[in-house]
Amino acid sequence: MPLLGAVVLGVVTSLLVVAQAVLLGRVIAGAFPGGKGLSEVSGELWILVAVVAARAFCAFGFETSGRLGARRVVGELRASLTAHMLDTRPAGLRSQRAGELVTNAVQGLSSLEAYFARYLPQLVLAVVVPIVIMIYVFPQDLAAGTILLVTLPIITLFMVLIGLAARTATERRWRTLSLLSAHFLDAVKGLQTLKANDRAQRQVESLRETGEQYRSETMVTLRIAFLSSLVLELAAMMGTALVAATVAIQLINAELNFATALAVLLLAPELYLPIRMVGQQFHASTDGLTAAQQCFELLDTPAAVGVPAVPLPSPDPRNGPVVLETVRFAYEGRGEAVLESVNLTIDPGEQLALVGPSGQGKSTVAALILRLLDPNAGRMLCNGVNLLDVDPKQWRKQLAWVPQRPTLFSGTLSENIRLGRPEADDTALLAACADAGLERLVDSLPEGLETPLGEGQRTLSAGETQRVALARAFLRDAPFVILDEPTAHLDAESSAAVGDAIARLSVSRSVLLIVHRPALAAAADRIVTLRGGVIVDGKGER
Amino acid sequence: MTTTQSPVSKADRWGALERAARLVRPRRGQLVLSIVLGAGAILAAVALLAVAGVLISKAALRPQILTLALFTVGVRALAIARALLRYCERLVSHDLAFRVLADLRVRFFERLIPLVPEGLRGIRSGDVLSRFVGDVDTLQDLYLRALGPPLIALLAIVVLAGAVAIVLPAAAAVLVVAMLFAGLLLPVIAARAGRSSGLREAPARAQLSSELVELVSGAAELAVYGREQQWAERLESADSQLAATERPGAWISGITSGVGVAIGGAAMVAVAAIGVQATASGQLDGVLLAGIVFLTIGAFEAVVGLPDAAQRLTACAQAAARLERVTEAPIPVSDPPIPVPVPEGGSLTFENVSVVFDDREQAALRDVSAALAPGSRIALVGASGAGKTTLASCAVRFLDPSSGRVTLGGTDIRELSQDALRSAVRLVSQEAYLFTTTIAQNVRLAAPEASDEQIIAALSRAGLGAWIASLPEGIETLVGEEGAEVSGGQRGRIALARGLIAQSQIVILDEPTANLDAAGARDLLSAIGSERSDPRAMLVITHTVEGLDQFDEIIVLDAGAIVERGTWGDLIASDGALARLSAAA
Repeated sequence: MPLLGAVVLGVVTSLLVVAQAVLLGRVIAGAFPGGKGLSEVSGELWILVAVVAARAFCAFGFETSGRLGARRVVGELRASLTAHMLDTRPAGLRSQRAGELVTNAVQGLSSLEAYFARYLPQLVLAVVVPIVIMIYVFPQDLAAGTILLVTLPIITLFMVLIGLAARTATERRWRTLSLLSAHFLDAVKGLQTLKANDRAQRQVESLRETGEQYRSETMVTLRIAFLSSLVLELAAMMGTALVAATVAIQLINAELNFATALAVLLLAPELYLPIRMVGQQFHASTDGLTAAQQCFELLDTPAAVGVPAVPLPSPDPRNGPVVLETVRFAYEGRGEAVLESVNLTIDPGEQLALVGPSGQGKSTVAALILRLLDPNAGRMLCNGVNLLDVDPKQWRKQLAWVPQRPTLFSGTLSENIRLGRPEADDTALLAACADAGLERLVDSLPEGLETPLGEGQRTLSAGETQRVALARAFLRDAPFVILDEPTAHLDAESSAAVGDAIARLSVSRSVLLIVHRPALAAAADRIVTLRGGVIVDGKGER
Repeated sequence: MTTTQSPVSKADRWGALERAARLVRPRRGQLVLSIVLGAGAILAAVALLAVAGVLISKAALRPQILTLALFTVGVRALAIARALLRYCERLVSHDLAFRVLADLRVRFFERLIPLVPEGLRGIRSGDVLSRFVGDVDTLQDLYLRALGPPLIALLAIVVLAGAVAIVLPAAAAVLVVAMLFAGLLLPVIAARAGRSSGLREAPARAQLSSELVELVSGAAELAVYGREQQWAERLESADSQLAATERPGAWISGITSGVGVAIGGAAMVAVAAIGVQATASGQLDGVLLAGIVFLTIGAFEAVVGLPDAAQRLTACAQAAARLERVTEAPIPVSDPPIPVPVPEGGSLTFENVSVVFDDREQAALRDVSAALAPGSRIALVGASGAGKTTLASCAVRFLDPSSGRVTLGGTDIRELSQDALRSAVRLVSQEAYLFTTTIAQNVRLAAPEASDEQIIAALSRAGLGAWIASLPEGIETLVGEEGAEVSGGQRGRIALARGLIAQSQIVILDEPTANLDAAGARDLLSAIGSERSDPRAMLVITHTVEGLDQFDEIIVLDAGAIVERGTWGDLIASDGALARLSAAA
């Protein structure tokens, strides 16, 4: 639809361009050599004023409608991109280059916006304007028309060449620029570490060298890439120069009247202009297409969690055990499996502690049970139902999770606690706070539970954040709870308080406790150890 | 509201912009060259049209064809000149852009160096640093796209108006007035009209960006709690809010472009009318009439880019002002005028060190004294917030004590150069950062000359030997963005390896056990306490106390003051603070 509008506006603009040239030719020719005074050409001048006004209005419409339309398209794409990533790779977002996704969704799509707002309308003009001008020029002056017709394909060809060269150049520039930017961000974020190791000054050199190396490399490609624009510019200018010479000869031979000659000469640059403008917008096009391509790559990445076509109803972990059978998992791009063959049973109401050295995949076990990842082999069952046959969203409704580093979302404290159960009433909310040991914090805040959290607002310490996550789990009231190192970042006093909270949470729920503090693990019904990708030690059973 | 979000005053912005422009002053020669080339390209194109107009006007009088030869050759020469000038201008200006970007990064990084970490207390979040990097990127446009176009336009207009004034002064006046409207007034009015929406746009964009960051980092939790839909909607609403703030901009830019066309057209009509009148009255030679009108039409190429330049100028000014907010924080510590050489083999001694932060009532450290003799193993324990990290910061002069002093081999460390001090006293911070490169490069940071074998040895001492051996690419494995591909425990141990490999006199390890399980933490601390082949003094800051029995001294800190000190045996026997910490674990 925006494209149709652009075509209509393009045709009207072209007609106005021709009208303007013809009228101006008649005014000038009337005065010289015609000898008319100002009053005798005033009629044409007033029509010219009207034409100019109409052109101005078209220019306005072109710009505004193009930008508004482009913004709509991009907004829709941004929404579907994030929805897709959330649906298919919820756990992958944190580990992959998170910055890349953000860059794509915000900056990359902005260049796509430029593509729709500037490049496409300009492309329409580049097609429509030459056609309309040719229709006028050919019957008037065959020779000039032929020159234009011959130069036009040259210009178009070089414009395409520019496009191709610019595309590779832009892709390279895009990647290298983001690489350079990442390099700089890395240095800035790690500056404290650099300073502690007396390397900050060296980093300055490195920034300088990297920038210089990039500059000299890119300039080599640009020197060649710009050659096509040189030829294009030359062809357009020469075209105008040749038209001038041709009409001059025809004038001398009296084969053409002067007013028409002026109009034809005026139209020559007007014919090339929109095509050259397309060339100028090529970077918008290539940046936009590159961004679009990256978006589609993201949309095409295979899902980390499969959703069955015909899902079975979700089993209830209160009615039967959660069982992992010879489960194997390897992270993409890492040859070795984190989990070789994990066998694990968690009975209803049981509190199981999973211990083991760090880096052995304890959190991966949690992610698998949470259905944030799919196992490469083996089965995961609950009450005899294969969890891969269940819609992950339905299964997750049975679960609560306290991750190692919980996320606080911007919003009030109560909104954060209500994450897992938005409809919970205030009584339940207060009870959850009490259970999680959050009461003291809430009381100390002037705005209590309605304290806004987030950037530029109140921030919480690691221990407080952990307790907010625990409160989420209490409020969620799910039959199966996964706690991942809930006291890892806490001092002794805080972890004792969190330990008490966990004990309360464990009443009448199945709990998988991933933990390294012996004090916490000791309270569990059973302790198993994960090492070398397998459960090596089930002796903790009582 | 943080200070970074409050609006920036006008004076601030333009002052900051001027200072930012000065940063790249050494590139002035190249800028002038690119401006002359750019103006030359515009003038060649305009001259081509004007000469072509004169050419056919003469032809209309049907002279001998040879009398026009000069003009036909001139038109072609101008065509070639235009193309070449443009090509050169693009090369020069792109080259300049790259150089300026590198310059700016270096300059701003250099300014950041003395501020980190204490000078940026409170604004150290990753978000601020990311914005810092983004603002530096914005400033690269300053010379090329913000200052270049107006200067090119100015040069071109002066030459063109001068040329027209020779034959028809009234037309020159129209041309100058129209150019001022199109090139100066219109961009300024558009910028002013767009400012309020632009000011709303920046926070809306930041809001969208932070919603996105939040969604990315919390995606797993949102999935588990079934809230993907709501957060997708939150993002959508942030996006449509951004769209709403962008809408006035679309209207303004449409109106600007329409009015620009109108001004150009009006000038064309006016010059044509003046020219017709002047021709009729004999003031103007008729063959020049077409030339003057054509020149007027062509001249507007000079001002086409100016509205965009005005926008960029504003963006650059805001970026420059935000950057100054960060970089103009007072520098917390500075080098002495004439640094003293670092003494060899002495003790690091804290003498009655107290630290009071401006923004806090309670002192962070109160009257703390301690000595690290060569080869000693000292542990500093206490709950979080007890002042342990502050003490470490004093030892490497990330900050200076409010009273008392720190000496190395008897010399006050304020008399040493900071770089030399940090080579001698190596701090492995709990916020140790892993750079987006290989494990080897991350360790080598602490000892640039270290061989692969030494790096592997250091990693093994840090407890990563088996893990490294299991990696197909060994120490050449990439750690991912900011170390995202390694676990928290591995990250801490890689940082520890940095401390172990460093050629320093003293090592301070701040929370080396932060991400380790209990057994790992105990083993690590015991190894440090008992392994005495390393002749350096080691200060270990920790909140886990198991494994400290071999340390020469344990200092327990609470609320900034030393509450007890002694060996493990003594302190456990006295049943004081350490005994309580030990029992709690």
